[in-house]
Amino acid sequence: MAATIAEKIFSMKCGRSVRAGDVVMAPLDAAMIHDITGPLAVRVFGEMGGERVFDPERIIMLFDHQVPADSIPAAENHVFMRQFAEEQGIHNYDLLEGVCHQVVMEKGRAAPGEIIVGTDSHTCTYGAAGAFATGIGSTDMGFVLKFGALYFRVPESILLEVDGVFDRRVGAKDLILSLAGDIGADGATYMTLEFTGKAMERMNMAGRMTCANMAIEMGAKAGIVRPDAATWEYVAARREIEPFDLAGDDDAVYRERRHYDVTDLAPQVAVPHNVDNVVDVADVAGTKVDQVFIGSCTNGRYEDLAEAGEVMGSADRFAKGVRVIVIPASRTEYLKALRAGLIERFVEAGALVEAPCCGPCMGGAFGLLAPGEVSLSTSNRNFRGRQGSAQASVYLSSPATAMASALYGEITDPREV
Amino acid sequence: MRVWKFGNDIDTDAIIPGRFLTIYDPAELAKHAFEGTRDEFARDVREGDVVVGGTNFGCGSSREHAPLALLGAGVRVVVARSFARIFYRNAVNTGLLPLVAAGADSIPDGAAVSVDIAGGFVEVDGRRLVVETVPGFLKEIVDAGGLVAYAKNLDEVKTCSTE
Repeated sequence: MAATIAEKIFSMKCGRSVRAGDVVMAPLDAAMIHDITGPLAVRVFGEMGGERVFDPERIIMLFDHQVPADSIPAAENHVFMRQFAEEQGIHNYDLLEGVCHQVVMEKGRAAPGEIIVGTDSHTCTYGAAGAFATGIGSTDMGFVLKFGALYFRVPESILLEVDGVFDRRVGAKDLILSLAGDIGADGATYMTLEFTGKAMERMNMAGRMTCANMAIEMGAKAGIVRPDAATWEYVAARREIEPFDLAGDDDAVYRERRHYDVTDLAPQVAVPHNVDNVVDVADVAGTKVDQVFIGSCTNGRYEDLAEAGEVMGSADRFAKGVRVIVIPASRTEYLKALRAGLIERFVEAGALVEAPCCGPCMGGAFGLLAPGEVSLSTSNRNFRGRQGSAQASVYLSSPATAMASALYGEITDPREV
Repeated sequence: MRVWKFGNDIDTDAIIPGRFLTIYDPAELAKHAFEGTRDEFARDVREGDVVVGGTNFGCGSSREHAPLALLGAGVRVVVARSFARIFYRNAVNTGLLPLVAAGADSIPDGAAVSVDIAGGFVEVDGRRLVVETVPGFLKEIVDAGGLVAYAKNLDEVKTCSTE
């Protein structure tokens, strides 16, 4: 029977055919917990009578939201989680490796056909590896730690067929922002976004992660990029795995099929205070910015930093009065950027390069905004108060647009730099 | 008991900002509920008050601090035209009752409100509004008083691959 990718994944796990709308208790391949939502999950696990976790090898623990600890309570959370990891025999990446979603991907902890949960809404990022991955709350995670399974309603899917070739300095972030604008902040609630088409096939894994990452910004439960040779190559470089075919069937039942062509897509900007409030960069060009943040699980990979570096060209100073914060998404990505000379160029021009973490996107650790300040950020949310004061404004863009704007001190079309 | 009315796309950063996420105690979280968005909420909210939203209530982060902050404030019920997925599930799991009501937009801020879960309606200023109760398998969790109480009595679960 014809099926979507999400239906195929749940059917594989259940060993029988399940369809959208079915409610199943699905076994899980992996569960990710971090320093903010993890402590609550661990407490709930105890309240549920949990003694030993279902399988320590399937649990991924790391700290990324408040690292190095920015307060005594944050430090206490780290200690609490370290103790739990030790007691349970869970491998803890601690604060050494970087932002959770980047780390899960680059360590090969996600693969096509897997079902993965994490106590972070952007867990959907692993859909770039062909996994069904979704964010859950801490109480659900307490249940997962105990039983290794969770109730799911198998979701309907929206098929997104993306074709065309991006203009120079336009890419994955512009695509996903435009999709958020088109579909809306709740246009895919409870559903899976299934990405396919020639533009997706041409997109590198970094870009696919950017797209899958922001599926949640349309309310989606998961965002899955149809696995192809590039997916298998990425995963097989990180763990032993035999490729298999995992594609939605042509005659599968989709809630909706949408076709997009990126050929004429302009750089996109999400304007305050909703992610689906998206315009062409020309509509907001000239808006003064106080802070530019290049990083996060959405856009903190080497490819993103290289894109910013390309736009920077031979410029050696950022605009006066602009704070530029660059945070590579992981230690691995940091080293790649360092060895390519990008970090040196950013620092020489006046950037603050921070150790891998969520940074200003966490809205609590550092890089906060004062009332009236404006930030342009390559992260995924521009909610009121997301990066500090509720009277501040956050705009979202690609790394290319962020760098162009850092050079001029105002929102700038990267194609005009 | 009064209504606290909010609009569409109320995100979890608005319900509880990121800088308070090292707090896990509901009563402490409640002191910062809607801080920066609606400062009088934490001060004036009373036990049994009802939060009413438009579409996509609770979008954004998976932080369970959001339903916990509302529970700590004495809110037991949230009524909205629609909910974001993770918040809905977190609410059910923690014992905050999310009720979908097509007519949520017509509920005015500050209105007197009472909730009749068994009857499937809320009464606002003497007017009855139909609400949808939680579906199927989630109802077992609600009836147990949340997922912790539900899971406490389970030694193992049958997964779809073993049943």
